Amino acid sequence: MKIVVCVKYVPDATGDRGFNDDGTTDRESVDSLLSELDEYAIEQALKIVESGVEAEITYLTVGPDDAKDALRKALAMGGDNAIHVNDDDIAGTDALGTSLILAKAIERAGFDLVICGMASTDASMGVVPAMLAERLGVPQVTYLDEVTVEGTTVKGGGTVKGRREGDVATELIEAALPAVVSVTDRTGEARYPSFKGIMAAKKKNVEALDLDDLGIESDQVGLSAAWSIVDTATKRPPRAKGEVVEDEGEGGVQLAGFLAAKKFI
Amino acid sequence: MAEILVLVDHADGAVRKPTLELLTLARRLGEPSAVFLGKGAEGATETLGKYGAQKVYVVDAPEVDDYLVAPAVDALTQIAGSSEPGAILVASSAEGREIAARVAVRLESGLITDAVDIEAGADGPVTEQSVFAATYQVKAHVTKGTPIITVKPNAATPEESPATPAVEAVTVDFTALATGTRVVSRAPREKSDRPELTEADIVVSGGRGVNGAENFHVIESVADALGAAVGASRAAVDAGWYPHSHQVGQTGTQVSPQLYIAVGISGAIQHRAGMQTSKTIVAINKDEDAPIFDLVDYGVVGDLFKVMPQLEAEINKRK
Repeated sequence: MKIVVCVKYVPDATGDRGFNDDGTTDRESVDSLLSELDEYAIEQALKIVESGVEAEITYLTVGPDDAKDALRKALAMGGDNAIHVNDDDIAGTDALGTSLILAKAIERAGFDLVICGMASTDASMGVVPAMLAERLGVPQVTYLDEVTVEGTTVKGGGTVKGRREGDVATELIEAALPAVVSVTDRTGEARYPSFKGIMAAKKKNVEALDLDDLGIESDQVGLSAAWSIVDTATKRPPRAKGEVVEDEGEGGVQLAGFLAAKKFI
Repeated sequence: MAEILVLVDHADGAVRKPTLELLTLARRLGEPSAVFLGKGAEGATETLGKYGAQKVYVVDAPEVDDYLVAPAVDALTQIAGSSEPGAILVASSAEGREIAARVAVRLESGLITDAVDIEAGADGPVTEQSVFAATYQVKAHVTKGTPIITVKPNAATPEESPATPAVEAVTVDFTALATGTRVVSRAPREKSDRPELTEADIVVSGGRGVNGAENFHVIESVADALGAAVGASRAAVDAGWYPHSHQVGQTGTQVSPQLYIAVGISGAIQHRAGMQTSKTIVAINKDEDAPIFDLVDYGVVGDLFKVMPQLEAEINKRK
């Protein structure tokens, strides 16, 4: 079967992130990397194959030239090949447009299972997996802390099952393949690429596609096609640092005094 | 005035607090109509009316309980199709965001997630969001279709505005997609007497410094003395000391209480992203250089096992 793992190249969350004048994310002044939350998706794809499911793993990203770094890192962890959708007209695309591009690329590649991280670490909306399921017309099996694939054959078919911490309950959910899955950071540590893996990744094929290849008109994506716009983005003033006392035996009492003065007690 | 659809978040008919906040916000934009999916609408109608719902759409169908997300998408899009609302408001839970996302695709409408405030504007609702680990405040609005907005808990204080809602039972024509993902079982999380993390006015959280599941009672005792919810850092959860459902941080729950007390938590960016918008922040940590102290309104450098019991005793004495 065929597994497509969607990955995103994002500004480093430990950097000083910000916005451009047009309200889009500033992707220049902070180094970017493979979104940490997508590493869990890659790990689960590799685990599924290691569990005995015969599958080809393709990574998919939408982003500028540098986004290839995210694909190279993913390929160094394992997997077979990658698709890089890159087009000048994509800059500023919102989640709705991004899901359109991803869906078209996934349909073109063919798929039995799409695996995503639970959210990106930049916009962190966590909505693209659900949008993909909607656009691809397949079940969504999302926010999984645990995922297993069963009963697949060379002809496809099979079931995906998982455990999801729902809003008020722990849910066991399942769907017939093809399906879209997203996994949380609770699924288990992602592996580090080995030296051998890094060398092998250099030989793996990365297919470059643009909007034409996907049959998407340039006016369907990009900032001007976004269905919502940022009016203002204001940096919060740093919190004024309050009083910090050393505990010399009365720390708890002093803290209670502060809480009482603030009417919390 | 335009109808504003509010998707009701409930557990067997018990309306959860974020929905009351949504109804309160919806009144700024138009006339709130609640959309109730599942069983228990009879019990919920009075509460929904008390907070201003003029109408309650009820979809009581087995699909809603037995399948994930997609049935709610069918229901909401069908109701939106006939009521032509001015906006659709949904609580920012995992499920709420996913429902909103798919409705946006289906209605070809703009989506804004995790709003912390909403005001009426000249071109429709203007939302405020807190982004990049709460270092930026962003104002935005939807430019296409019906604005679909998910709202974080504690975005507004619920205000009563009594109304007697008209109740309309809706029969939804479910699509083939609705029954794609079956919910095989649902184990409700253990009920606790403590307030829910996202709804609590006060949150007391423990981190690496708590050093073991057996020590978390130190956090719980102070939380109980204050009537607070208990949170935990990712480090404490990863170590297995406290359940994941209590994790505060970027990949856990994002909270915005009146008071946040961080105990034995250094304040990594992962954690700050989940609590930085709290109104008042207090920390106890033995390391005076811990980054959490940069955020605090009050901090104590010391041994949490000495400071916390003393704090608890003093709270009980002052009560």
